[in-house]
Amino acid sequence: METKNLTCVVCPRGCALTVTVEDGKILSVTGNTCKRGAAYAEAELLRPERMLTSTVTVEDRRRMLAVRTRSAIPKDKIFDAMRVLYGTRVSAPVQIGDVIVADVCGTSVDVIASESLA
Amino acid sequence: MEKRSVVIIGGGPAGLAAAVAAKENGCDDVLILERDSDVGGILQQCIHAGFGLHIFGEELTGPEYAARFHAQVDELGIEYKCDTMVLSISQDRVVTAVNSKDGILTIQAGAIVLAMGCRERSRGAVGIGGTRPAGVYTAGTAQRFVNIEGYMPGKKVVILGSGDIGLIMARRMTLEGAEVKMVLEVMPYSGGLKRNIVQCLNDFGIPLRLSHTVVEVRGRERVEGVVIAQVDEKRRPIPETFEYVPCDTLLLSVGLIPENELSAAADIPINPITNGPFVDQSMMTRCEGIFACGNVVHVHDLVDFVTIESRLAGRGAAKYALGQRTDGAHTLDVKPGFGVRYVVPSTIDPAALSYDEKFLFRVSDVFTDMELEVKVDGNVVYHKRVPQAAPGEMESVQITRQLAEKLVGQTVEIGLRPAK
Repeated sequence: METKNLTCVVCPRGCALTVTVEDGKILSVTGNTCKRGAAYAEAELLRPERMLTSTVTVEDRRRMLAVRTRSAIPKDKIFDAMRVLYGTRVSAPVQIGDVIVADVCGTSVDVIASESLA
Repeated sequence: MEKRSVVIIGGGPAGLAAAVAAKENGCDDVLILERDSDVGGILQQCIHAGFGLHIFGEELTGPEYAARFHAQVDELGIEYKCDTMVLSISQDRVVTAVNSKDGILTIQAGAIVLAMGCRERSRGAVGIGGTRPAGVYTAGTAQRFVNIEGYMPGKKVVILGSGDIGLIMARRMTLEGAEVKMVLEVMPYSGGLKRNIVQCLNDFGIPLRLSHTVVEVRGRERVEGVVIAQVDEKRRPIPETFEYVPCDTLLLSVGLIPENELSAAADIPINPITNGPFVDQSMMTRCEGIFACGNVVHVHDLVDFVTIESRLAGRGAAKYALGQRTDGAHTLDVKPGFGVRYVVPSTIDPAALSYDEKFLFRVSDVFTDMELEVKVDGNVVYHKRVPQAAPGEMESVQITRQLAEKLVGQTVEIGLRPAK
């Protein structure tokens, strides 16, 4: 049996979690103040994921467009997704929520605009 | 002279929330004055997620959070003028502003809401020695370059200061291909949220060196490196620990200062601890009819708390402008006790509460296993357990009806004591 200490990142409270693990299975999670903490601990140890936020170039504009993944993607896909976004160019107008890159890097998660550009 | 019931100075999250609340409380001619070319304030460049968990129950990016309030402002038909700089305000609530369309604007306001936010401390404010090459930026300036204008300020980066903007920029620069060598923090603890240490530093293997600072910038045209040092308990650099770190960019995340030039020029009393105006339970400053909210009052960690506070200010301003304000019948002073640096508000009239109000405060050091106490004239009327507290995270006590009923006396004190 193994004990791991994590800081929950689900909300700004930042609970200090203690997780006991045996043979890749989670036996217990303590220190969380809500049930999202337990879910985070499980995800973080078995298949860590993060939401990615970045920007893409807008044609004929002197400003960038803010984008994000619709939900969290596996942590080990973050830099692959960034490489896709480096080469992505969009044209205004863009509406908040528009899909900018569908199914980024085979994660089945879309990258969407997080602001509107008229 | 043009007349308006409520004039709001600043169109960031504080100003937008105050404007919506003023309108919802019966003022039809609210005007927002914003010096930038669009409303939304600093949220426009905060493209990372983490906003809105308290207000909307979901995790939004900065632009998304701003867009929700922008939409409310538009739906309610609230007028705003962008590219407009406020030059002065007076105690009789005359606002003087200028833009290239209207020229000089002179407006008699029924009530004013100060929502100018804060700005970053710069290299001069922390007194870093050495040469003065290109490549030294505040973290927020670098954030604007990367996220809005699309320029990378450098490739090999050292960040001084572990406040949230410094941590967020460590991740952002890394994602955009820069090498972030380290984040230095002069204090023995980080000034940022714990989740940001995990997500922004640990995720990318960026070292955080506590009790360290930059003592010298080197380079002629461009930064070539910085000399760093460990500091002793009095924050003095220890000469034996000097170390040269080659880099081309130094980002500074060394604190924020409420932007109160307008307030000070109008002789509005300022709290020297927060550098923001003293306010009461409705966010009214010590000048009649002039309200303040958000980072111009005290620097917040979370925009959600700015919104909550700004709604109080907007409602207070509307009531004042409409002649409905009843506050001030019996007022208690609110003071920080042991382990607490400051408390907002600084005075409270329990009869004028809507119970949305909170005591907001910051502790003065890192504490564990403490008991928080609210005392009235020395008697404990409320207490709660505080397992851990740090100056980087704002604490609060909701002023419920139950607590308000106990606020009878002269002075409220909020302080810590070790838990038994």
